[in-house]
Amino acid sequence: MDSHVSNPPSAAPAIGLRAIEKWFGTRDQPVHALAATDLDVPAGELLVLLGPSGCGKTTMLRMMGGLLEPTGGDLTIEDRALWKDGERQGEALSELGMVFQDANLFPWLTIEENIALPLELKGVGKAERLARAHELTKLVGITGFEKRWPKELSGGMRQRAAIARALSYDPKILLMDEPFGALDAMTRDQMNLELQRIWQETKKTIVLVTHSISEAVFLADRIVLLSPRPGRIDTIVDVPMARPRSLDVQATAEFQTIARTLRHRLNEIS
Amino acid sequence: MTDKTLPTATPPASFGARKGMTRETALPWITTPLLLLILLAIWHFYVRGTGISSFILPAPSAVWDSWMDMLSSSRAWRHTWTTVYVTLMGFGWALVIGVGLGVVLGRTRWLELTLNPFIVATQVIPKVALLPLFVVWFGFGATSKIIVAAVLAFFPILTNTVLGVKSVDAGHRDVMTSLNATRWQIFRRLELPSSLPYILTGMEIGIVLAIIGAIVGEYLGGNAGLGFMLVSKMNGYETDGLFAVIIQMTLLGFFFYFATGALRRFTIPWHQSVEIK
Repeated sequence: MDSHVSNPPSAAPAIGLRAIEKWFGTRDQPVHALAATDLDVPAGELLVLLGPSGCGKTTMLRMMGGLLEPTGGDLTIEDRALWKDGERQGEALSELGMVFQDANLFPWLTIEENIALPLELKGVGKAERLARAHELTKLVGITGFEKRWPKELSGGMRQRAAIARALSYDPKILLMDEPFGALDAMTRDQMNLELQRIWQETKKTIVLVTHSISEAVFLADRIVLLSPRPGRIDTIVDVPMARPRSLDVQATAEFQTIARTLRHRLNEIS
Repeated sequence: MTDKTLPTATPPASFGARKGMTRETALPWITTPLLLLILLAIWHFYVRGTGISSFILPAPSAVWDSWMDMLSSSRAWRHTWTTVYVTLMGFGWALVIGVGLGVVLGRTRWLELTLNPFIVATQVIPKVALLPLFVVWFGFGATSKIIVAAVLAFFPILTNTVLGVKSVDAGHRDVMTSLNATRWQIFRRLELPSSLPYILTGMEIGIVLAIIGAIVGEYLGGNAGLGFMLVSKMNGYETDGLFAVIIQMTLLGFFFYFATGALRRFTIPWHQSVEIK
């Protein structure tokens, strides 16, 4: 398999992992969720973490997002340490936006209030943050739903709002944990197209976790394939297909070759 | 994008038929007065037919007259306001302490484990039995009754608040953590609104218990309030007056109960316990 780290970046990577590892459980029953891992995510890349369940992909993403503290190693966001003495560093965190499998919108806030919530926490004035929320509803395609409650929106629209919320404070990096895993296949295709468009418009660095091979190949610049017990990087696959990709790209030989290679490797390791 | 734009087509004409008052929601407006009327009729004819002493069971008309007398007497209104005051004060204290302590206990597992036996103890003590003690400590005035009302209303508010804080969605916590929210922001923007439906349920139970606490408190000691009025009617062998006071208390209960219901619609319009209009 064609396996290598592409384009060693000249500048500091958006995300840098040095010997990052994670243990769960107790001393008697330790679980090695992620073995010592090195990985650089260059600025502007759309990186996909792919792997079977238990391979540590979500663990890795949650560590990148500051939700889990690594047991060992160094983690840098835009060349700044994310953790110091067991404390999350606010400056590094403010470069990160997270999107989860569930939209996790607050049901007591309207869509625009949800999108503006991060700005509210950062002390941005009401007029300014609502103006920003309106701007973002345009970007993610939910204009007209600003005053609705989350429960009045479909799953796909809620996820769009969640992406808008993560983008509200303009972080350089977007971390997405199976963001479209709970959506039906058609909505999922649409969301993949939309995410590609948003990524190209905003020029963010995106790390996305998925267990769907076709989603990974469609979206990724690079796919990091992880294997379980303990979670570790198995192979890194480049996806050199031209952008913007349409859904038809899935029918091309190039797409199917990459997908087939990944599927075979996944069957071997899981 | 299919879900990008709002639907602009108009619904068929028959669609609006279910709007407003449907047959089902209109039902209680007809059945409630009807059932009440039937009950009153049975009562009326029973009293007339058997010629039962008005000391045992006065006729509905006598009760009505007695209640009307009550409504026109400033003394009766003073007693009513006393009960309202005691109920609201007791409920207010229960709310502040119950929600405050509930938030702390819901967040702090070890403290909950430490205090739990004592909290359960305050529940299993027949609280009304504490009243004589409160009277000894605080006298026959309003304070001792406020405390009884508060002690009764406190527990459901506390337990529901603890439950509410514990039920905060883990995904919602992740959002606040990834946004680097402070402890206060997590409380103010997540834990409090997320627990509100639970707290309101505690309040709905608590307000009814606060009324009971106030009335029993007045009943057992002092010289003011509807509870006191009840005792004095009994001592004066005024059974119709007794009924009148009970009517007054029932209406008070209804008022407080519906007030908390209105509070629910007002404070948590987003919650599934409130229907979308």
